[in-house]
Formats: sequence, C-alpha cells, structure tokens
Amino acid sequence: MQINYQSLGSGAGIRQVSERVVDFGASDFPLTDEQMAEAQVPLLHVPTALGAVVPVYNLPGLPAGVRLSPEALAGIYLGRITRWNDPLLARDNPGVALPAHAILPVYRSDGAGTTFIFTDYLSRVSPAFAAQVGRSASVRWPTGVGAKGSEGVAGFVRDSPYTLGYVELVYAEQDHLATGLVRNRSGAWVGASMPSLMAAAEGLGPAGPTGARAPIADSPRPGAYPIAAFTWLLIPIRSADPAKGRALVDFLRWMFAEGEREAPAMSYAPLPAAVSLAAQQSLEQLR
Amino acid sequence: MPSLDLTPGSAAAPSPRSPIPFVRSSRWADLAFSAAIRTCAFSLFAIVLLLVAVLFANASLSLHSFGWSFLSRSSWDPVARSFGSLPFLFGTLLSSLLALLIAVPVSLGVAVFVLDICPAPFRTFVAYLTELLAAIPSIVYGLWGLFVLVPLMRRFAGPALVRAFGWTDLFREPNFGMSLLTASFILAIMIVPIIASVSRDLMRAVPGDQREAVLALGATRWEALRLGVLRNARLGILGTVLLGLGRALGETMAVTMVIGNHPEISANLLAPSYTLASVLANEFAEAIGHLYLSSLVEIGLILLLISVLVNGLARALVWAATRRGDGLQRRAS
Repeated sequence: MQINYQSLGSGAGIRQVSERVVDFGASDFPLTDEQMAEAQVPLLHVPTALGAVVPVYNLPGLPAGVRLSPEALAGIYLGRITRWNDPLLARDNPGVALPAHAILPVYRSDGAGTTFIFTDYLSRVSPAFAAQVGRSASVRWPTGVGAKGSEGVAGFVRDSPYTLGYVELVYAEQDHLATGLVRNRSGAWVGASMPSLMAAAEGLGPAGPTGARAPIADSPRPGAYPIAAFTWLLIPIRSADPAKGRALVDFLRWMFAEGEREAPAMSYAPLPAAVSLAAQQSLEQLR
Repeated sequence: MPSLDLTPGSAAAPSPRSPIPFVRSSRWADLAFSAAIRTCAFSLFAIVLLLVAVLFANASLSLHSFGWSFLSRSSWDPVARSFGSLPFLFGTLLSSLLALLIAVPVSLGVAVFVLDICPAPFRTFVAYLTELLAAIPSIVYGLWGLFVLVPLMRRFAGPALVRAFGWTDLFREPNFGMSLLTASFILAIMIVPIIASVSRDLMRAVPGDQREAVLALGATRWEALRLGVLRNARLGILGTVLLGLGRALGETMAVTMVIGNHPEISANLLAPSYTLASVLANEFAEAIGHLYLSSLVEIGLILLLISVLVNGLARALVWAATRRGDGLQRRAS
C-alpha cells in the first residue's frame, strides 16, 4: 500500500476530502459546523502534532524575549499601535530600550493555516480584532505588507529592521529570528518550547479533543504557550474502500506509536499521552 | 558515389534513386490530412470557448451577488464574505504601465546600441545577454527582487525618492521596500529583453538604403536612425511594446514576492499594492466557501478580459497605422 500525500493547501484538501476525492486530508484548522454539514460524509478529526505560531521581530540590538502582550499584538495588527516605543509596549518591557521607530507589521499573503491560528488567537483575546478582522486563512489586514510563504515572512523579517511578523516555530528557529514572549491567560510571559506547547494541550482529558474539535489556543494553564494548535487529519468515517480504510488505520496506529517521536525535529511537539490515547481510541469509529 | 542526373532527357525514366519515394496519391489521404489540420485549428476556438464558459459558470455566484459593483468595490474581506476587485485592477494596471514607462526607453536604447553603436566584437555578446535575461524563470526574478531589490528600495532608493519628490505625494513614508514601485521595477527588468530583442530584429529588417538615403541628405547619425530606421519600424515596435504589456499584466510569481500584497488604493508608489494575478496565486488554494471561490474565479475572468482588450487594442492600433501608411503610399505614387 502506498500513500500519496500532496500539499495542495487546506482549502483544497478540505474540499477534496469532503467530496470523497481523496481518502484523507490534513488541515491546520478544524472544519466549521457549516463545512461539516456540507461534507458528503462525517469527517473524523484526528490530532497529529502540536504546533506553535510565534511573533518574530527585527529590532537592531535587541535579542529575543521582548514581551508582546495579546493587547499589543492585536493593536499592532489593527494599526492602532504604530511605534515600537508605544506606552503599551514600554509598560510591559521595563528597562528595554525600545526604538522610537514605526512598526512594520508583516503577514502571510497566501492563505495559510498559520494565519488561521494567529487570527484565531487574536480574535479570542481581542474583541476589537474579532469584530474588525476575524479568523480565517486569509483575512483583510488593516495594515502591513504581505509576504509570500513562511520563508517569505521569515526572510523579510530577518532582512528588514523594525518589522514584526508571525511564523511557525520551525521557521523562526531555522532563520534564527528573535521571538517574543506572549502573556498567557494565567498572566505568565511564555515563549514557545516543547514543554510550553505540551502544557497547552495537557488540560484536555482522555475524553479527548477529537469529537469536539477542541481548540487549545489561549490555554488557562500556567505554563502554557497561548498561540498553539493541533494539526488535524480529516478522515471520512466510512471509507469508500475497506482495504484502504484498514491500511489507513494501521498507518495511523504506527504514527501514534512511532511517528510522533520525530515531531520535535520539525519543531512540533508530540501529543501529550492523554490526547494521544484519546485520538487512538477515536480511530475505533472508522469503518 | 551516386549522383543525381539532372540532364533533361533522363527525367522521364523512373530512377530508383529518386529523393521522393513514389506514393500513389489518394483522395482519402488528402481528406484525412485536411480533417486533421482543421481539427488542430478549431481546437483553438474550442479551448478559448471552454475557458470562457468554465470561468463564467464558476464565477456565476459572484456575478449574481455583486454584479457590476464587483469592479468598483474596494473591499476584499474573506471573513465578511464581501468581495470587490478595484484595488487589484488598480494595482495591475498601474504596475504594468509604470513598468512600460521604465522599460520602453531602456529597451529601445539597448536595441539601437546593439544594432548601431556597439563595437562589432561585443555585439553578439550583448545580444546574447539580452536573450539570456528573457530565459530566466520568473521565480528567480522574484527571489532576486526579494533579497536584493527590496532591501535596496528600503535603504537607498525609497528614502532618496522621498527626499527629492516627497512634495508630489507620490513617494511617502512608511517605506517597507515592498511596494508598487518595486514590482514595476521587477516587471520592467522582465520585459526589457522581450521588447529589446524583438525591436532590434525589426530595426534590422528595415532596408539599409532607407538609412543611407537619409544620410545622403545630410542627416546626423541620430536623424538617420530616427527617420531611416525607427520611423519605418514603429508599427512593429508598438506591437512589441504591447506584447511586453501583456506579459507584465499577467506576471504572477515575481510580482507577488515584492509588491507587498495589500489591497489598498493609494497614490503613494512606495505603498504596498496587489494585482489580479497575485491574489489568485495567493488565495486560491486555501479559499473556503462558495462565494469566496467564485469571486476568485471572477478575478480570473477579469484578467482574461483585460488580456483580450489589450490584444484587441494592439490589433486596432496596428490596423489604423497600416491604413494610414497605405494612404500615404497611394498618394505618393
């Protein structure tokens, strides 16, 4: 049995798995209720890995660790905070010499799961952002410039002073970008790391996220990094071809047992034990 | 050594060494060939018709929802499901026209240089260079633009333009480096080789006696070039320029990487902008929702119609100019 996986983009993936063109799909964001209703067959959401989206910046002379509160991030991307030495930023960063320069916000121009995770988080923490921009793979940004692809955003931030962008953790690490600390719901300033990502998902009990498509952004746990998300596999509950269906379940069992160990090499966190167990139990629903 | 016998007397005798093998001509072979050729020719019509039909069918939801206002609305908001194409139209047309403004003088300069001024040993080299530029894939231009041109614009060209021409409001801070102007520069670099190499060939095709005649009347080198060469080749050059415009309007990858992808209409050339082709490339794969997809397809339809319009305009111009030329000749004779 050979698995042919193509990266078409979440939109195309969701479309094709909903229309039963393909046997499974993958997406950075769960389907909305509306999309679930439109799908020709109920789709099981299986979480596979835990990813983080991190704010990255280029401030000459300043290392990683500038504190970016949820209010500051939303304010900057709404175009309300325009200077690095804005009082809101200065208050959170005592003793840090923030430059009196305009902030250049950068966003992903291509539709992206990363953008969904980031705007979903900002919509949770800022009612103004939810009302004015909202959550989606592509949104109408009130300000900033769009760079194409994760490597486009990372490269532009790396080369351009005073920019602020958002990328998946792995791109920040590859390009050695300065990443900010974000204040989580418990009030702690947290950076993205394997432990802080695992903490974000730990709150979910064995009841599991699979049926509920539970989000893990803005977790209330003390050590949790707030801009975190599962990547999901979308699998039709009834497989069109039983042999293929069995092979897919075998593959998923292998993935949870062995494949997960390779996640940290890509800067994704493996699933916490309880979540992994719940996900494996959910595979029973597949026919 | 077998040799061909060309003496008139031997032509009647069938020779086994005849270069054309003797095949009995058949009516059916002729018919089949003619049918095959016709199919090839008509497949072009079929492709164009299918293209337009599929675009119309898939854009129908957006066409119904927004009607003509799709062309005049400037909001593009996938979350609120409100779509309009004006900022993309603006970005596409302005970036391409600016690119022409930069590229046409440069490419004519290159063509004249290669044709007339360049010392003979370097001529092939310069010509080779221009053709090499035309063969570079657009993603390479895009990467070069992102890593070389964008920083140059941000650090040097942008601030200099603001200092010199800031009062016109065409160049204002903030200057990200990614802007409509940067995209126009990339486009200009991409279309210079096309316009330069084709117009050089056109100029070379002008009979040399035209130029010698002008020189004989006491013209300077520039006058000889202008009256003897450029004037005669102007129609073809105009066609070439429109060819370049066609390429610029549809160019996607390189533009997307440097234009800043922000759908806003601004007189500031240093502000980020967006084009029709870029929004398609950026958003189509991740578009979710019928109206969103349909609006993107309508963007594609608009892009196709603009290409048809530009081509039509080119034909009309050439046609008008040719007719005038005929008239002059007739009056002269």
